[in-house]
This record gives sequence, structure tokens and C-alpha cells, in this order.
Amino acid sequence: MASPIEQFEIKPLIKLGTIGKSEIAFTNSALFMMIAVGLIILLFVYGTRSRSLIPGRIQSLAEMGYEFVANTVRDSAGHDGMKFLPLVFSLFMFVLFCNLLGMVPGAFTVTSHLIVTAALAALVIFTVIIYGIYKHGAHFFGLFVPSGVHPLMLIILVPIEIISFVSRPISLSVRLFANMLAGHIALKIFAGFIATLLFAGGWAILSPLPLALTIALTALEFLVAVLQAYVFAVLTCIYLHDALHPGH
Amino acid sequence: MASTPATTTTGTVAHGGEAHGGAFPPFQSETFASQLIWLAITFGVLYYLAAKIIVPRLGAILADRASRIGGDLNEAAAMKAKAEEAVAAYEKSLAEARAKSQAIAQEARDAVNAKSDARRKAVEADLSAKLVDAERKIVAMKTSAMGNVSAIAADAAASIVAKLTGAAPSPAAVEDAVKTSIEG
Repeated sequence: MASPIEQFEIKPLIKLGTIGKSEIAFTNSALFMMIAVGLIILLFVYGTRSRSLIPGRIQSLAEMGYEFVANTVRDSAGHDGMKFLPLVFSLFMFVLFCNLLGMVPGAFTVTSHLIVTAALAALVIFTVIIYGIYKHGAHFFGLFVPSGVHPLMLIILVPIEIISFVSRPISLSVRLFANMLAGHIALKIFAGFIATLLFAGGWAILSPLPLALTIALTALEFLVAVLQAYVFAVLTCIYLHDALHPGH
Repeated sequence: MASTPATTTTGTVAHGGEAHGGAFPPFQSETFASQLIWLAITFGVLYYLAAKIIVPRLGAILADRASRIGGDLNEAAAMKAKAEEAVAAYEKSLAEARAKSQAIAQEARDAVNAKSDARRKAVEADLSAKLVDAERKIVAMKTSAMGNVSAIAADAAASIVAKLTGAAPSPAAVEDAVKTSIEG
């Protein structure tokens, strides 16, 4: 039986060359990124091409997705956060579609690779820092100085605030990566138990147990796939809110 | 049960013997460059489309629908107000017409009453005049008849006296006697 981490292996489909030690190739990961973006384009660009006043099914779905993200941005980042709607929309949909595509048996889960989630988190945090400094200048660093605190306390509080700010992209990326990785490993292991028990003589009688667990885990993983995309989007909005309004 | 961890371990070990030096796939740094390039391309395309097409288009569709619904509601409210105005105007004109028609009817009734009153009075005056006239005629006829009666009675008395006595009485005496007997 295959190892539970075999599903995370990057397999080059078309080799394109190397940069230093790194091999540049069209991989299974790239394929699933493209499928995810293709599906998003299909739903949101092709599905809304008629711009009907009375929407059809696909346009309704696209509108619901758009309104969901727009409401999230409005609630978490405020009205002036709406200029970041394309960014949050892209992040949410990309993560959501990658997560859900990962639930297709045999599919590759793009978001189970730390480098991908870290790149997305870095995109968010650099957007926050660059926009914050561009918009508020040095005042942006007031983010690290809680107001109404005794100056002596700031010696302790400012490093804490800086650490908490720096840990944001780490937690943002690791949360998504770890959730997807652990969920898929757990699914694989419990599914593996079914086969192992079936061929273990008398133990076969216990095999429905991991089967039931696998079914429950599958449902849980669908929930996690959607929830983690939502968490990623909401946290992005909250961090963008800081860039828009640095004062505590 | 006991065999499962063993299988997992062998799987990992077997995999470890393969390419990439057996590292855990998410930590194989030689795949990072490739993943980052494809992420940049796919996410870049997605962001571009989201910023240029998806968000503006969906925003426009929803704003269009909201304004359309708002416009329709306003129009409906305006039409309702108009209809209510028309109903009020109609009711007002109806009340006016009713009052007018009542006035006209009252006028006509008054006119008819006055006319009939006048005619009745004229007829009554005429009739009473005729009545007075007739009464006067009756009285005249009565007196003339009474005069005739005394003349006839005198004639009759004279002729009766003449027949009984054989001698004709004087007309003055007869007349006197008749008069006293009629009045007596």
C-alpha cells in the first residue's frame, strides 16, 4: 500500500529545465492550480457573461460567491476595504477551489504545500505593510504601539506587538497547510486501515469501523476545506483593516 | 491492527528510497521554485481577471439590479400616489355633481311648486268669483221669483174673491191682504 504522504509528492509532467538546483517543470501541482483557476473563470467569467437582470443558476451561484466575499470584506475590513475586494476574492476562491479539488479522489491538493500557503500569506502581509506605509507613512508603525499605556510598559508591549505581527503570516500559512496536510493524511491512514483489516483474517470483522470513520472524516474534510478558505479570507480582511486603520 | 503501523513504516521507507532523497514532499525545497512560478502565473491570471472582469461585472450586475428594483419601487409608489390622487379628484367631482344635481332638482321642484300654486290660486279665485256671482244670481232670481209669487197670489186672490163674492175687490186691497198673509 502507498504511503500516506505519497499523495503530496510533486510529480513533473513536462520538464522545462532547471534554475540552479531547482527543476522547473509543469507539475501535478501546476495542473491543479490551473484547473482551480479554470473552474473559477468558468463560474465567474463565463457564468456571468449574459449579465442578466434575472440570473440563471450559474450566475446566481457566482453572485452568491461574490456577495459572500464582498460582505466578508465589508464586515471585517470596512467600506474602504472594498478596494481590496479583488485580492480577497482571488485568495478566497483560489484556496477554496484548491481545497475542494483536493477532495476529489486521486487529485492533488495544492494547498497542502507550505510553500504555496506561505507565498499567499506573504502576498497578504506585504500588501498590508506596503499599503500601510504608503497610506499612513510612519504612522503605520503606531500599529505596534498600543495607545493609553504607560511608557515603561511599552518596552515590553512593543516587542510583543511586533512578534504578534510577524507571526501573522506564519500562522496564516501554517494553519491552512497543516489543516489540509493532516486531514488528507488522516483520511489516507483510516482508509488504509480498512484494507489492512480486511486482509488480516479474523480482524476483518472490525473493518467497518475505519470505514465509518473515513466517511465521517470525509464530511469533516469538506467542512475544513471550506472553513479554512473562509478563515484565510477573514484573517486577510482583518490584517487589511490594520493597514487601513493603523490606530488601535 | 498490529500490522498497520508496520505497513505505514515500510511504505514510508520504500518511498524514501525513491527520488528527492526521501524528504517529506512539502519540505522538498527543490520543488519550491517550480511551485512558486506556477502559483505566480495562475494566481496572477486569477487576480487580473478578478480585478478587471469578475468584481466590476458582478458589482455592476448587483448594483444594476438594486437600482432597478429601487426605481421600480419608486415608480410603483408614484403611480399609487397618482391613483390615489385620481380617486380623490373623482370623488370630489362626484360629490360636486351630486350637490349640483340636488340643487337643480330642488330648483325644479320649487319652480313646479310655485307654478302649480299660482295656477291653483288663480283657479280658486276664479271659482270663488263664479260662486259669488252664482249666489248673487240665485238671490236675484229668488227675489224676482218672490215678487212674481205675490203678483200671482194677488191675481189668484182677486179672482177667488170675485168668484166667491161676485164683486171684484180693489187691486190695492188684494195686494195688501196678500202681503200680510205672506209675511204673516
